[in-house]
Formats: sequence, C-alpha cells, structure tokens
Amino acid sequence: MDNSASEPLIERPPTTSDLVPLPDPEAITSVTTIGKFKIPTDVLRAYTMVFALIAIWIYFHFSTNHIFLEPRNFSNLMRQTAVTGVLAVGMLMVIITGQIDLSVGSVVGLAGGIAAIAQGWLGWGLVPSLASGIGVGLAIGAIQGGLTAYLNIPAFIVTLGGLLAWRGVVLGLSRGETIPLRLQAFKSIGQGYVGPVVGWVIAAVAVAAIVWMTIVRNRARRHYRMGVPSLWLTVGRALVPSLIVVGFIYMMNSYELAPGSNAGVPNPVIIFLAIALAGAFLTQNTTFGRYLYAIGGNPDAARLSGINIRRHVLAVFCIMGALAGVASIIYTARVGSASPDAGQLLELDAIAACVIGGTSLMGGRGTVFGAILGALIMASLDNGMSLKNVEPYMQNIIKGAILVAAVGLDMAGRKRS
Amino acid sequence: MNDNGQAAFLEMRNITKTFPGVRALDGVTFDLHKGEIHALVGENGAGKSTLMKILGGVYAHPQYGGEILIEGAEQKFAGVREAEKAGIAVIFQELSLVKEMSVGENIFLGREPRKFGVIRWDDLYRRARALLDDLHLPLDPHTAIRSLGIGQQQLVEIAKALSHDARILILDEPTAALTDSEVETLFVILNKLRARGVGMIYISHKLNEVFRISDRITVLRDGRTVDTNAVAELSERQVIARMVGREVGDIFPAVDHEHGAVVFEARNISVSDPAVAGKKLVDNVSFSVRAGEVLGIAGLMGAGRSDLLMAIFGAHAGRMSGEIRVAGKIVRITNPAEAIKHGLGFVTEDRKRFGLVLDQTILNNMTLAGLRRISGRFFTSVDAESEAGERAMKDLRVKANSVFTIAGTLSGGNQQKVVLAKWLLTNPRVLFLDEPTRGIDVGAKQEIYAQINKLARTGLAIVLVSSELPEVLGLADRVLVLHQGHMTGEFTRAVATPEKVMACATGQVQRAA
Repeated sequence: MDNSASEPLIERPPTTSDLVPLPDPEAITSVTTIGKFKIPTDVLRAYTMVFALIAIWIYFHFSTNHIFLEPRNFSNLMRQTAVTGVLAVGMLMVIITGQIDLSVGSVVGLAGGIAAIAQGWLGWGLVPSLASGIGVGLAIGAIQGGLTAYLNIPAFIVTLGGLLAWRGVVLGLSRGETIPLRLQAFKSIGQGYVGPVVGWVIAAVAVAAIVWMTIVRNRARRHYRMGVPSLWLTVGRALVPSLIVVGFIYMMNSYELAPGSNAGVPNPVIIFLAIALAGAFLTQNTTFGRYLYAIGGNPDAARLSGINIRRHVLAVFCIMGALAGVASIIYTARVGSASPDAGQLLELDAIAACVIGGTSLMGGRGTVFGAILGALIMASLDNGMSLKNVEPYMQNIIKGAILVAAVGLDMAGRKRS
Repeated sequence: MNDNGQAAFLEMRNITKTFPGVRALDGVTFDLHKGEIHALVGENGAGKSTLMKILGGVYAHPQYGGEILIEGAEQKFAGVREAEKAGIAVIFQELSLVKEMSVGENIFLGREPRKFGVIRWDDLYRRARALLDDLHLPLDPHTAIRSLGIGQQQLVEIAKALSHDARILILDEPTAALTDSEVETLFVILNKLRARGVGMIYISHKLNEVFRISDRITVLRDGRTVDTNAVAELSERQVIARMVGREVGDIFPAVDHEHGAVVFEARNISVSDPAVAGKKLVDNVSFSVRAGEVLGIAGLMGAGRSDLLMAIFGAHAGRMSGEIRVAGKIVRITNPAEAIKHGLGFVTEDRKRFGLVLDQTILNNMTLAGLRRISGRFFTSVDAESEAGERAMKDLRVKANSVFTIAGTLSGGNQQKVVLAKWLLTNPRVLFLDEPTRGIDVGAKQEIYAQINKLARTGLAIVLVSSELPEVLGLADRVLVLHQGHMTGEFTRAVATPEKVMACATGQVQRAA
C-alpha cells in the first residue's frame, strides 16, 4: 500500500482547506459578460459591494429625512465602523490563513476591562494603561495561536473556548462592575478629533500617493507589455479615489461641534485607517502576506515550498490579538467606561465583514479592501436602522438575513457563470 | 454504422461544445458496440473529458450541439441521473467513494434496500457479496474503504457501476494509480465484462495498455476526431503521431551527461511508518548523485520511493535516520526550508495537492519557494518577481496568456512546468523529480524530458523517480531499484534493461548488480 496515495505525508497544523476539496478552477476564472464587457467575476463582486454600499447609503439618507449622510451622522457612522473595521483587518488575515477566531468579542471585553482597571483602580498613567490592554490582547493571541499551531487543536475549538473563558475572566476581574474612565486623554482616543487642518494635510498626502502609484503602475504595465490603459482610464483611476479622499475629509471637517468650530476626522477613524493601510501593505506587499495566502490556499504546497506554517499561524493570531486590544481601547474610550459585557458578538461582526467583502472562509482568498467595505456595510446597517428606530430584535433579524443573502447571491452568481 | 454494417450500440454524432472563448469539441463523432473496449486517446485538452462529461450527463442536453443515440434512439440527458438510468457509468480518475463507509455501503449508497424506510443490512451485504463474487473479487463487503488500496477501490467502483446495470462503462485513466498486478486484475475483469456484452470507453495516456486491452482506438486532437481504427491496423508510433499532429522523433534522445563531483549523498536512510509502529517504509537505502548526472529511481507503487525523497526533504511525518551530505558536508534537514537552504529542490508528485496553490497566479506559484531570494527578505517586489517569472515562462515554454493567469486553469503539462519553474527559481544544486510526467500529454512530456537533459548539462544533479520504465531508462545515467523499502538493484544505463529492472522491482531478484 502506498502511503502517499491516501495519508498525508506531512505533519502540520490543520487548516480549513483540509475539510474541503481542492478549489474548482472553473469557478475561479469565471467571467461575467455584461453587454460587450467581460469582467472577471471577482472584480465584479468588488464593484457589486461598492454599489450595494452606495445603495444602502442612499436608501437610508432618503428614508431618514436626509439625516443619514449629514456630516454629523456620517462622522458618527465612521466612528462606529472603526472598531469592527480594526477587528476585520485582523480577522481577514486569520481567515486567509485558513483559520478562524471566535474569541475577539470576549478579548475586546477583557482587554478593555484591564485597561480600565489599570487607569482606574491601579491609578496607572495613560501609556501603561493602553499598553496593558493591547498587551493582554497580544498575549491571548499568542496563547490561542500557540495551541492551534503547535498542539494542532483546531482554531474553531480553541477560540470557542476562548470566547467563553475570556468573558469569564473579565466578569471575575471586574466583579461585574462597569469601570468608568478617569483619564480625559484616554476618552479622547475614542471621542476626539484630529482637527480640520490635519485632515487636509492627510488628504494632500493621500492624493499625492494615489497619483504617484498610478504612474508607477502604468510604468510597470508598459514594462511588462501588459497593455497600458488609455489616458482617460488612467486619469479616472487617479481621480476617483482622490475625489473620494477629498470628499471624505471635507465631510468630516464640515461637521460643526459648535457654530464656527469644525470637528475634523474622529481619532478612531484615523487609527482604523492607519491599521487598514498597514494591513493592506502587509497582505499585498510583503513575503509574510504572500505566505499567508499560500498557506490558506494549499497548506501542503506551502510547507513543501519551505514556509513555516506553525510560525505564520502563531503570528497571525498574535496580530489578531493585538488588534483586538487596539479595538478594545477605541471601544472603551468611545463609551467612556468598560463594562464586563462590552464587545459581545463583535467576533461575528468582524467575520461577517470579511465574508461580505468577498473573503473565502476556506482560506487563501480575500482582501483588506473587501473587509473594510464589509465593515462599512455592517456599520451602515446598524446606524441606519437605529436612526429609523427599528426595534433591536428586528435589527438582528435583518442583519442576519442580509449576511446569508449576500453570500447566497454570491454563490448563485458563481454557479451561473 | 460500423464496418460490419451493424448499428452501433452507442453513437455520438457531430458533438460540439463551446466554452466562453474556446471551442472544446468541434463535430466529434464516436461510437461504441456491445462487448467492445473502445479506447479514446489524445493529448490533454484534446476534448476527451469534455466528450465524456457530455455522455455522462454532466453537461446537460441543450448545453452542447449534436446528438447521442443509444440503440438508435436519441437521448437527451438532463443530468447525471438520467445518464445513469440509460446505463452509462463513469469511473473517474478521482474516486468517489466514501472512505469511512464499508464496501457494501458504498456500492448501494443512495439505493439501500429498505423496508418502511429502514435499511435492510442483511439484504444489502448479501447482494454486495453476490456482486463481488460475480466479479471474482476477493473482498469482504464489510471492509472499510479506507483500508483498501487504490486498485481495490477502483474495482469497488466498477462493482458499484455494475450494480446500476451499467451497459456502458467509461474508464478515465483507470490505471494511473495502480500497481502492475492491480492492472492485471483490472484487465481480467474488463475482459470478463467485454465477454458479457458491456461496452467500455477506455481513456488512457498509457499506450501499451491501450494496445493490450482495446479493440478500437479513436484519436482526438484539438476537439476533433482524427480517426478511428481497429487496434490491429495501428502502431503506437502512428497513434502518437496522430495525437500530436506530427511525426515524433525519438522521444528519448540519447544524451550522455558529463559528470562532475558528487554533490549529494544519502547514507543508510531509513524511514519509519508514522501510522504503523515498527514498520519501515524505507530500509537502509544509500545513494549519491554527481553534478550533471541523472539518477533514476525505479520501483512499483509502495516501494517507498516518494517516502525516501519526502524524508530527505524534511517533509515526512515518519522518523528518518541516516546521514545526508551536500557537497561533502554533513547536513541536518528537519524541514523543507532547511532543505531549500542547502540547495535541494523537489518537484513532488501530485502537483495539485503538493505542488500548486491552484487559485493563485502562475507568478505567485513560481516564486513561492524562492520568494525571499527573488524579492528580498521582507517585501515583495512586483518588478523582480515578474522579471523572474517571465523568464522562467519563456525558458520552460509555459503556454498561458501571461504570468498572471490562474494556475488552476492550466493544462497538466503547463502546471507541471510551473512547479518545475518554482524549484528552478530557488537556484538548486540537486533537484528531486517525483513522477514529473504523470498525467500529462505526450508533447508536454517530451518538453519535460528535454528540460531534464538541459538542466543536467548545466551541472544540476537530478534524482528522477518514475513509474514509467521507458522514462527512467531513457533519461537516467544510472538506475536504482527499490522494492518494499529495500534497494534491490542498481544499473548503469548501458546494462539496464526493462526486464532486469522489473525483476528487481518485483522483488524476484535481490541485490542484482
């Protein structure tokens, strides 16, 4: 009996792709034809999500008496997106690698609780308090990643245990109390703004970066004879994102806290955007990121290509843990206190954001951009439905239905093509 | 109508099938008589699988052009079920048995004999046994599928098909994973079925088997029928010429490689079976390779060839003992990363499982193992990668639109070239090739052979494992034979003959020299 025919020759931690057959290449390269345009289905999906988001915004805007897209509410919406968004960036990397983390909601509760205890009961300063929260997240990530990567316990089980256990720890440590934030600087992380001038500086830098990247990309395409897009397309590719950036900053800056006092971009949004940019860079432009996709796509091929799967799985859980720590700081600061049940169900929001954004739960596929879109869609639904005074129970039903429908439509689309 | 003027049992007339942008089948005509084995051969991408998917109902009726007739009546299958009902059964390359279930359960899966919705197990196993006895298969229907070898699983598949009263059996590369003795068993059964009047369509790349078993051969090329002939009217050379559309010269050009110093040496390698305590998959095997030399390792399946290479490469779950030297220095290799660092490259068998990330681009796959060498330690560089990828694509003649084509969409031969490129981009000194031409078409095989010779000329030391004897004998300067984990023979090219190697591989000769 030949071993290689049936049993795995390689020892490595399990990933999602062990449970599913190899991907069907026909589904991967599917092309959807619209009129005379042939668009790769993957690309089409990304645009579909953008249009879905715009449709949701327009719907809520007109059904809430034009409140939804007012600067005040828009600013709020972005602030609400920040927590889910930060978690979604981490979750994306976990899922790409073929793993899952169900514990992040509880980790947000525990890390936020510890940071609040540090600054309140222990009287620590701002920096040590923040560090304690993020450090707890990182440590939990290391523990869960270690159990998954080195003891081969499936991540689903490890983090399901974590979901229960870490919530228990925060309940015990806080004795069930809600701990208020005493430091104003801490609160301002969640409640403050960077101010209009800083916003315009950021916009200028971003636009410059977009233009520069467009030029570089065209040069590369010319070099590899891949066909250079027409001048109009090139201008459009630089102009559209630039307009979005400028419009975004303009919107944020035009929110007036008091007559004559403009707010600017909320601090959590700045943190979120920085993390999203770092996440996009890490996944797209580093060897580390490339290896994550390879591990999720085909763990056996990845290992035989010399990639240390265990170390990467551990690293990804550490990143997720640290980001859960960051999210907990934003969350606690925004609310102004740490309650022991803070962050419940956030893990599901983060996973949903990834999935809506086109991430494959089987690993190997997904982008930070998609996850951010997904987070925006989830937060927009929350915000819009609250504005419309939809009962909380109904909000849950609708969000659940939309998640299933989004993936269902996607699968139906794939089958057709 | 066939030569005798007698209507064929199955006729496929003028079959056409287009995929977006590709015409996969263009007016293919094919027929099959009762009690006949009709071989369907052609390069990968010639349209064999597509044709069989149409016959099997995978592509339902209006999705293709042309007509299918069984006993003169036109069939319009709306799906696999309807094709099954018409008596068509397909045995695919990837077996579709449930590993955790027994032989009997698998045979009657979905059609279990029932009374009031309750499965009648006694009846099920009695009928399963009758079926197995009828085929003279010495199998207990209670045995779990997972404990059977691939060959036996294949026979269970056939039993399952026959339990459907299949009158047309489609066999897609049935011997790809079989040992020679399993092939013999299979052929005995196919002959029996032929005598009973079952019509069989036999798809295979192995021409010697095709010539042994089949009555007629149809060659497909680029979605068209080239010709159909009785076996007696054809020679292997003619068939190959029709498959590739040109006369093939000598497949193995006689090349004598110039050898340099010994670059790789393995001494007393033993590998334990991680599943069975005390069992050794490889037992005390030693070999060495010189720069520019091609060392062939022959043996049947289960001889431990893949285990040997996997273990040396640090990728085997079982414990390995022994000594490895690269360029004379003893090295310790505990994982593939270290193996790569020491200049080893490994084109594994089963490229879909071990070689490629199928839903990523050619470029990402090519640079995966050597990414840090090509791009830099931390950051990827699109420029550097594309340049390396483009060059490799040109050198190895990978046929694809660009380096950004998804690897999973390529033909087997091109996929194999991508895997080869991946390892060449790690700049290896020693290259292990495990079944590098399995399941790829004749043209691509030749290109791989040419590459192997070319790489040897540049001074690379190559270890080639292959189940195809002509391949080992045609390419290798020296041949090592393994049998059940032991080394049973070593030959230089000058003295190696298929008979001698096979005698060692089957364990008839111990330690021949």
